Amino acid sequence: MKHVKTITNCSMKKNGGCGECQSSCQV
Amino acid sequence: MVYCFTSDVSGNTEYFLYDVESGSLHSVDKSAYLVAKQKYSSPTDEEFLSYGLLPKSEIEEIEAELCELEKQGVLNSPATVYNLGCTGEIKALCLHICHDCNLRCPYCFAKDGTYNTPKDYMTFEVGAAAIDFLIEKSKSRHNLEVDFFGGEPLMNMGVVKRIVEYANEKVKEAGKSIHFTMTTNGVLLSEENRRWLNDNMFNVVISIDGRPEVHDKLRVTPNHKGCQALVLENAKEFRKIRGDKSYYIRGTFTANNLDFSKDVLYLNDEGFDQISVEPVVLPQSDPLAIKEEDMDRVLAEYDVLAKEYIKRRKTDKWFNFFHFMIDLKQGPCVYKRLRGCGAGNEYVAVTPTGDIYPCHQFAGQTEYKMGSVLDRTFDTEAQKRFAECTVYTKKGCSECVAKYYCSGGCNANAVHFSGDINTPYKEACAMMRKRFLTSLAIYAAENSEK
Repeated sequence: MKHVKTITNCSMKKNGGCGECQSSCQV
Repeated sequence: MVYCFTSDVSGNTEYFLYDVESGSLHSVDKSAYLVAKQKYSSPTDEEFLSYGLLPKSEIEEIEAELCELEKQGVLNSPATVYNLGCTGEIKALCLHICHDCNLRCPYCFAKDGTYNTPKDYMTFEVGAAAIDFLIEKSKSRHNLEVDFFGGEPLMNMGVVKRIVEYANEKVKEAGKSIHFTMTTNGVLLSEENRRWLNDNMFNVVISIDGRPEVHDKLRVTPNHKGCQALVLENAKEFRKIRGDKSYYIRGTFTANNLDFSKDVLYLNDEGFDQISVEPVVLPQSDPLAIKEEDMDRVLAEYDVLAKEYIKRRKTDKWFNFFHFMIDLKQGPCVYKRLRGCGAGNEYVAVTPTGDIYPCHQFAGQTEYKMGSVLDRTFDTEAQKRFAECTVYTKKGCSECVAKYYCSGGCNANAVHFSGDINTPYKEACAMMRKRFLTSLAIYAAENSEK
């Protein structure tokens, strides 16, 4: 593409929900 | 939802399109930025006039490219609403090992470490009951976490060690895994404590506000003496033995040091590579509070920091800044992003008396007490109410560009400063959005060069 350069795409994991990842606080 | 923004942190003005729902980031030229602004957003008068000067053939060429990205699902992708539910599982505890402190920092939300309650030290019996509560309530969850918090947890180190020993034994019996962390002001970070923490803690957070004159103005002993030199020395010694294991040097900036980028860079110059310097959260009436009229200065300071951050990360002064961390390759699932920290739902705090609160920032506010680890009471209705606090329920979040990286902000701050858990604290929102967009620009700068 001439005008657009994609830096990164579709990073969002749309499934999941197991809750086993590390806790977060101000994600 | 497509968010169009510009940034000059790389040294040049760069134009970006961020697709909120897919998490895709695109770098565009100025013409494409003007076309996208016209198509997806509200252009300023100046942008509208500039758009009008673009050749028709160029506009058509750009629109075809944007259309192709839409077909690929990486631009203007549709929102999906998820039903999150509440499993009732608890995976993380904040243990208030000590409601007492050897410092008297005026901005501390814990009020000299006591949370406006009588000074108190957690006993081993209460700590063990909390561990039993966690293992029982974690149900099918495998990975558990316990954070030793205060007050100042090193003032009750004997009990910390016994609780860790007990928890390791009980978790092994249950076939689960556990990580321990500690947040300390570093005053009592002796050689013995450093070695024990290094061996037993997954993460250690040491509080240093930055430059000596900044730190020592607020982080003082009961005799009003500063402690920066002592804490800095202890932290440096800890850093020497820490290797690649997780740690953070964590500071607070206030109205006294709106030039906080200097404190971040000072900490980096002192040899630390994991740094967080964060805005104080206080009522607007407090002289140390970040005022509404300070916001432009604060937001600009993040740009000042970002420019130096990009430069240093190419040298042997590489460092990580907590609020510029971003994972654009995957990160957690959308479930995690919509709910955030899980306070009151999958994460709770336990006070020295065994009382359970939604998180450390609610401790001592009896109207938020959820139960006790001693009599095994727990308010599951309150847990459900916290579980229902998501990006969907919070005012203004659904349309915010940062929603999947902020998750609706801090519940405690919303309650304390907006009076409603579903009304985010607006100053925090402005800073979060700024940090998020700056992080995207930093990511683009670092990944465009590869």
